[in-house]
Amino acid sequence: MAKVLVVTSGKGGVGKTTSTAALGAALAQSGEKVVVVDFDVGLRNLDLVMGAERRVVFDLINVVQGVAKLSQALIRDKRLENLWLLPASQTRDKDALTDEGVGSIIAELRTKFDWIICDSPAGIERGATLAMRYADEAVIVTNPEVSSVRDSDRIIGMLDSKTVKAEKGEQVKKHVLITRYDTARAARGEMLTIEDILEILATPLLGIIPESQDVLRASNVGSPVTLNNAASAPARAYTDAARRLMGETVAMLVPTARKGLMDRLLGRRAA
Amino acid sequence: MGARAEPKRQQVRLRGRSYVAFVFCPVVPIVGWLEEIDATLARSPGFFVGKPVVLDLSAVDLSQSAIAHLVASLENRNIRVLGIEGVEAALVTTSMPPLLTGGRHCVVQQSKPEKPEAKPKPTSLLLENPVRSGQSVIFTEGDVTVLGSVSSGAEIVAGGSIHIYGTLRGRAMAGVNGNPAARIYCQKIEAELLAIDGYYQTAEQIDVTLRNRPAQAWLEGDIMKITPLN
Repeated sequence: MAKVLVVTSGKGGVGKTTSTAALGAALAQSGEKVVVVDFDVGLRNLDLVMGAERRVVFDLINVVQGVAKLSQALIRDKRLENLWLLPASQTRDKDALTDEGVGSIIAELRTKFDWIICDSPAGIERGATLAMRYADEAVIVTNPEVSSVRDSDRIIGMLDSKTVKAEKGEQVKKHVLITRYDTARAARGEMLTIEDILEILATPLLGIIPESQDVLRASNVGSPVTLNNAASAPARAYTDAARRLMGETVAMLVPTARKGLMDRLLGRRAA
Repeated sequence: MGARAEPKRQQVRLRGRSYVAFVFCPVVPIVGWLEEIDATLARSPGFFVGKPVVLDLSAVDLSQSAIAHLVASLENRNIRVLGIEGVEAALVTTSMPPLLTGGRHCVVQQSKPEKPEAKPKPTSLLLENPVRSGQSVIFTEGDVTVLGSVSSGAEIVAGGSIHIYGTLRGRAMAGVNGNPAARIYCQKIEAELLAIDGYYQTAEQIDVTLRNRPAQAWLEGDIMKITPLN
């Protein structure tokens, strides 16, 4: 059974594209046939993070409009043979997407893949609503900041009302993925706590991705973080999250700051 | 082994049962009476179709051929006569419907098209899920109860009181139809705005000591009071 998973957030810059690429690669690594679909028409990024920007010929809009066949637009990853990318168009805007067009593409992808991961654009307009429209499951990417959490809450409300599943009276299975979790700031109590976020969103937690230079490094070289440095903390967190998506029970680790030498030497301040 | 199956004898069961039938009481002149029937049929054709009809001939004195003619004329009008009563047995031939006796009066129940009873509109609304940012719940008929939380950026508008069994982080407006007796209750108050009957307070005006605690808000005159709930 193919699963359509939308990676969404409402707010921009929280890590949707990074998470799409990382989760897609992690699922593909465990043997699933995965396609990552970029819905950010006009501001496409997923091709860069996947390192496929120089191989884009046809895109989502071409397929929606019938200019190209789906097989012509799909780009196979060079590192993982069961990972594919369907890029967005950079020269068009989101109005070029139609409900029927997206529906027929998703239906066709369902016959070919185990996982269809839709990278939603930020916002709550056409691009975002069409990215979530046909989803079976949703990953809501949230930073531990009030603005991000409130936007995520808004998106959850839309997942419960504007998707095909919701209109049929069913539920899109929702997961919260907390990204950019800064262990040092968390230790100082400068961020929303995990408990606060989950209390506000009332949605199960998929994983906690620590803020890390590894994420930036990986996207600079055009590689999903789970492939670039599989041993890094964010890569392990994403791999665990992907296993949870596949239904495995994996213990949840809250990242903690590793204390440096100076911290250890000057950890306790005398009263 | 040639055990032959004994043909089982089917027992004939006889049971009595009574049914309700229309009773026609023709009067003289029969022609005039038939015209009356025709007029009824013109108004509602098919009224007698499939309905059992019994002829009560006690009011008229008809010969055997007249009875046969009457039955035939009714059959021409698609009315099937189930039985005849009120005549001597000798007058009824085998080709006619059988003679019936012992009929009893009964009230024919008119099957009225059932009118759907105007249900009184519910005066309360129960929401089992959290109310998310951007959602607006408007229920001017009465109370609203929310089992989950009301998120920042969500709003509840109620004609009556508002009960929230989670955290109220959004806006709650009670008694919007001019009901100063409406109240707002919540398990944890972190509201952006509270309003009752048009009088409102924003988050800034709400006492910080109340925050994160169960609280209720009500109107005393034109002053909104917010007090802890325990």
